[in-house]
Amino acid sequence: MVNETVIKTVNLDCFFGTQHVLKNINLEVLPHEILGIIGPANSGKTTFLRALNRLNYLHRTYSQTGEIFLDGREIHQLTDNLLRKKIGIIFALPQVLPVSIFDNVAYGPKVHGITNRQAVSQLVEEALKRAYLWEEVKDRLPEPAVRLSGGQQQRLCIARTLAVEPEVILYDEHCSGLDPISTAKVEDAMQQLKAHYAQILVTNNTKQASRVSDRCAFFLMGELVEIGPTHDLFTNPRDKRTDDYITGRFG
Amino acid sequence: MNGARIRQQIAFGVLGAITLLIVVPIILVILYIVINGAGAITWEFLTQAPRGGMKAGGIFPAIVGTILLVVGTMLFSLPLGVLSAIYLVEYARDDLFTRMIKLSVVNLSGIPSIVYGLFGFTLFVLLLHFGTSILAGSLTLAIMSLPVIITASKEALESVPFTYREISLSLGATKWQTVRYCVLPYAIPGILTGTVLSLSRAAGETAPILFTVAAFYLPRLPHSAFDQVMALPYHLYVIATQVPNIPISISFATALVLIALVFLMNLVSIILRAHYRKKRLW
Repeated sequence: MVNETVIKTVNLDCFFGTQHVLKNINLEVLPHEILGIIGPANSGKTTFLRALNRLNYLHRTYSQTGEIFLDGREIHQLTDNLLRKKIGIIFALPQVLPVSIFDNVAYGPKVHGITNRQAVSQLVEEALKRAYLWEEVKDRLPEPAVRLSGGQQQRLCIARTLAVEPEVILYDEHCSGLDPISTAKVEDAMQQLKAHYAQILVTNNTKQASRVSDRCAFFLMGELVEIGPTHDLFTNPRDKRTDDYITGRFG
Repeated sequence: MNGARIRQQIAFGVLGAITLLIVVPIILVILYIVINGAGAITWEFLTQAPRGGMKAGGIFPAIVGTILLVVGTMLFSLPLGVLSAIYLVEYARDDLFTRMIKLSVVNLSGIPSIVYGLFGFTLFVLLLHFGTSILAGSLTLAIMSLPVIITASKEALESVPFTYREISLSLGATKWQTVRYCVLPYAIPGILTGTVLSLSRAAGETAPILFTVAAFYLPRLPHSAFDQVMALPYHLYVIATQVPNIPISISFATALVLIALVFLMNLVSIILRAHYRKKRLW
């Protein structure tokens, strides 16, 4: 049986303590698509992303009900390590480890048991090429990663995620700290990655969502208000709240 | 604008004066010891056993004894202390029990050293039949050193940015891999500082070794961990107060050797710290 969806959530409810952060989210992510998630602050976008790879559980008060499927399997059947290997995440601010450019990308393969130096080098080169960073850094791999510019650091983070060979990549407002040119480069990289991965993009920037995503979902106050092809959602929203948000009446 | 400037000058002045107030006496004490003791330090003094009722000869057995005790203390307290800190910071849940343990650890560092000495005497020397021995002394000093090592390691681990852990976990690393590769390497300078600080104290303590290991007069080297040894601080106490008519320069020279040993330990830690700082690429 071929799975039509990569990720599917069924009646997902998320809580921090008593705070009901996500309410009954039913959503599907298709292969090779970029799913944009837009919505104002505190609408639960980030919580949704971090529910998919269980990073939310780093908070002591977090709890959730409902089911999340990855390739048709409930994710609680997977260990944290395997799940996070399959679902990579790029954080809002470029977060690099205080080691060399090479070691940042090599860290993932290393913790997953790839010790052969040639194999690691190959993975690093491949990942950097896919993240559109290779040409800029191939001569300075031993340099500290923190010396890269913000945009380069963010593409390095993408490369670091690619190096563990995930199936899905999550982006958590990953361009919020970048200038327009760096953003354009990161978005180019995302378009190229569609050939191999499903991607979910959370963004405060509705223009970016309309530029980059194939389908788009609108979250508001923890609810999934509307989801549909990006073009339809932006030109002909079904819900008035979506219309208000994308035309800038609030948020 | 001028008012603010003057206030700043006054603040700098006060801070500078307070710093001098602390630094000057320390320098004077060290100078005093060097002036009075340096003359008595000879090759013989450093390499020979005491002779003639400790009035002549050297302090070699006491130097060896103190080094053995410091190494023994480190062997027990460093792994135990660092692992405890890792558990408390990375693994333990933040509940009442954990908080009580953390509070107790901090309080333990305020207990007088003689209490550790008597505790070690009861537990290691009598109950566990280690006798007065290097083993019993090292264990006693290790217990005394633990609170400082744990507290320093805990703070060093806590000061490592949470994002490093998040990056590592998000790439699918296990908890232990995260600690091992993304937390511990950046905490090592802080852990080293705390360790050397508490080992320096262990090297200079008299009370904990008084009943557990220190020999009044034993002009030979130990054969095993179950032997007694002489130790510099206790030897200093003995020749300064218990044996009459000992040239004062010998006491000062003994103190000078002890200070030099502690200084050497600090030097090693500074070098190690610099080495590990370089590993962190900024």
